Amino acid sequence: MLNRGLVIVGGGPAGMAAAIAAYEHGAGDILLIERDQYLGGILNQCVHAGFGLNYFKEILTGPEYADRFIKKIKNIRQIEISMRSLVVNLSKDKVLTFLKPGSLNQVQAKALIMATGCREKTREMIHIPGTRPAGIFSAGLAQKLINIEGLLPGKKVVIVGSGDIGLIMARRFFLEGAEVKAVIEIQPKSQGLIRNQVQCIEDFAIPFFCSHKIQRIYGNKRVEKVSVVRVDENFNVVAGSEFDIECDTVLVSAGLIPENELIEMAGVAVDKKTNCPVSQGLNKTLVPGLFVCGNSFKVYDLVDSVSRDSVIAGQLAAEYLKGLK
Amino acid sequence: MNKKITCIECPKGCVLSVDLQNDEIMSIGGNECPKGQEYALSEIKNPLRIFTSSVLIQGSSLKMIPVRTDKPIPKHKLFAAMEEVKRMRFCRPVNAGDVIAENFLGLDVNLVATRNSLG
Amino acid sequence: MKTYDVIVIGAGVVGTAIARELSRYKLNIAVLEKEQELAFGVSKSNSGIIHPGTQNPPHSLKGKLCVAGNKLIRKISRQLGVDFKEVGELIVVFKEEDVQQLLKLKRQAQRLGVPKLKIVKRNWLKVHEPNLTHDAVAALYAQTAGIISPYRLVYDMAENALANGVEIFTQQKVVGIIAGKNTSPGQVFEIQTSSDRFKTNYIINAAGLYADEVSAMAGVNDFSIRPRKGEEFILDKKKEHLTRHLLFPLPSETSKGILVIKTADGNPMIGPTAEDCDDKEDLSTSDTGFQKVLNGAQRMIPSINETDIIAYFAGLRPVAGDDFIIRHEASVPGFINVAGIQSPGLTAAPAIALMVCDLLKNNGLLLKKKRIFYAHRKRTVHLFAIPFSRTAKLIKKDLAYGDIVCRCEMVSAKEIKDAIERGAETLDGIKFRTRAQAGRCHGGFCTTRIMKILSNAANTPLTKITKNGAGAWVVKEDRIDA
Repeated sequence: MLNRGLVIVGGGPAGMAAAIAAYEHGAGDILLIERDQYLGGILNQCVHAGFGLNYFKEILTGPEYADRFIKKIKNIRQIEISMRSLVVNLSKDKVLTFLKPGSLNQVQAKALIMATGCREKTREMIHIPGTRPAGIFSAGLAQKLINIEGLLPGKKVVIVGSGDIGLIMARRFFLEGAEVKAVIEIQPKSQGLIRNQVQCIEDFAIPFFCSHKIQRIYGNKRVEKVSVVRVDENFNVVAGSEFDIECDTVLVSAGLIPENELIEMAGVAVDKKTNCPVSQGLNKTLVPGLFVCGNSFKVYDLVDSVSRDSVIAGQLAAEYLKGLK
Repeated sequence: MNKKITCIECPKGCVLSVDLQNDEIMSIGGNECPKGQEYALSEIKNPLRIFTSSVLIQGSSLKMIPVRTDKPIPKHKLFAAMEEVKRMRFCRPVNAGDVIAENFLGLDVNLVATRNSLG
Repeated sequence: MKTYDVIVIGAGVVGTAIARELSRYKLNIAVLEKEQELAFGVSKSNSGIIHPGTQNPPHSLKGKLCVAGNKLIRKISRQLGVDFKEVGELIVVFKEEDVQQLLKLKRQAQRLGVPKLKIVKRNWLKVHEPNLTHDAVAALYAQTAGIISPYRLVYDMAENALANGVEIFTQQKVVGIIAGKNTSPGQVFEIQTSSDRFKTNYIINAAGLYADEVSAMAGVNDFSIRPRKGEEFILDKKKEHLTRHLLFPLPSETSKGILVIKTADGNPMIGPTAEDCDDKEDLSTSDTGFQKVLNGAQRMIPSINETDIIAYFAGLRPVAGDDFIIRHEASVPGFINVAGIQSPGLTAAPAIALMVCDLLKNNGLLLKKKRIFYAHRKRTVHLFAIPFSRTAKLIKKDLAYGDIVCRCEMVSAKEIKDAIERGAETLDGIKFRTRAQAGRCHGGFCTTRIMKILSNAANTPLTKITKNGAGAWVVKEDRIDA
């Protein structure tokens, strides 16, 4: 079993900022564990611009924002990076088990920062009646397919949910040559940033339906259409308001869920509704030396806030290590 | 006539009220700061957008490299930009910041890679 | 054209069980499946329960074959390397006067030969099923109930059948059957499918929802299959220990009721509903179904919350009256119907297979045992089912066991490649064999990687990959083709 000073799980913007901050505050032995082949996390697929206005005072694309941190990290030899490494177990004593091609590894961490980000709510988690054909994607999966793999999921798209990812994907699909038939939002107003409402929906005159919901998905093998209905202030269906939209793709942009199954293994409680860890002040948890930062701590609107939050976590971890000595 | 546009310079999202006469801007109201004025002028006269997408690349473990224009381009050129980028096949290693295409679409703008193609 | 001794129509749990059993004998056997992969019909919606045999009329085929199957499945699962877990079942009542019903069920079950039955009361329930509502007054405890993965069982039986010489053809929808001029068993049938023709001496019709249509093709149309829909809702694996046993309410006329069950993969499951419907292709779920199931489940386990639900699906039971129809058709010698196999079909499958062998033997087919029958099959590796110490050893032997593709279920690239080698051609096929995409993120993380692995292994363009067969394309265009 390896023994390390600080272990950070997640090499996205949160993990990277935390690693750099910890180093700058005196941590000298840092292991950063990342499950993908590359650092950058979700930013790699966020090819659009709109990041960093706050943190860097510039308008950057997702990959460019990530690159600022990647460049720094690569020059800090005290930060060891293990790629393609998936943590499968975390004990109360901060022992991690992770798998990578060629080995199973166990590490005892003195301090541990969890920066595991979020997963998306999928169709399965919100009960949309109807069939389960091919063609239903979470907005993030569609984003990855288009931006990283060059694959267009479909040509006639209905987007459920007006969170930022949904709005961004409305624009992306439109530019890639698909017909974005509608964005359907159950709340009375758009849930995304105003910048996105303007530049993704208004710019392209994409039909936007607030106070509406998908009643049913149709299609045997592939999506064929959806039926949509209006709802009142109490989210009850307004009778007689149903209409159908023919489509071949349904994008679900229903929200993010912090990935905290690992810290639950370590005994840290998570809020039943949000899946956020119950914190003991700032980024601390009830396990001494176990910190959480970034979207797995709290779902932030801006990555700039993630960076700030993660710097604090890095600092706390470094201080904790100093205190142990 | 009066046109309403939402300013996006900051999260406030002031709704700007623009009075036009024969396509000439007579007045701009509703902004809480001067940025709003500039935004309204630009949006009415010549709306610009930063174009982003991805380009196919060979010789990398990545299939696509994300790209952007280093300056915003006219909004009505976005589709032409997409068509251009769809045709591209890039063949050498790039770093974030490298210019992929100069004078993109004949505009005074470069198409720039936003990610490293290696590692 | 080769003439087979036996052709089985339908590669679900019944068809593959029959094929495997028949492969003990010196026979030429083929299985025809209309979907792109096995278990894509009725079997894919199976809840995976191995029933003890309670809740079946004593003189029924259902009852007899269920009790027999419950015994047989233990040995078969060991031989095939698929996990069977005996968890026991509780049929719960909430009123003292209903205890009479439990006693009646117990007597009926004992007459069928169901072992290890006892009535348990409040105190026993509090200790052994702590999350059960305190409203429960008593239950009938049947120890021999268990759980198994229905599709892994199908694939493992099919592979074993293949290893013993059976031929399996997919994407072969039977569209016509021509009986030979001869009127005794052993005549030659010609089966026409969507793309081919096959000749055989005997036909076993195990075509699930379409068994009536296939039977009609052979000239026997005295039964019809009416689909009865069941909606099921899957709970997060975190709730695995919510219950210890399979929980049943008292059965109704048409169904066993809304259950709270455990599955072989760890996720609890609640449901199913029971709605007769007309469309054999209608697998839609509904708001009313959702409410019914949630209410029924909360009746038993009050702590179940809507937010625990991570997935849902619907299945169609192929109902042909009250009992199984398993018979050799005298009017069409050589044609055996195995129809109306709804619950307890999975449990009964090994016993159905034996019964079919008898029917064949009694109708002229010579069943001569092979000298060598490979009864055992090497267990499929699932990293999620083995301790880390074994995983570490496997990774040393093959790097790709450490390359985790599906994060939620801990499925490695090696397991996915193996599944493809063993016949997975679609995303669902990979999901049913390996569990990749079945976890809490539902493929959000792993889908792109799985598509690439499948595309490489099968030499198929990404745009041709499907979720579960023709028409279920996943992506429309590839930038490479632009």
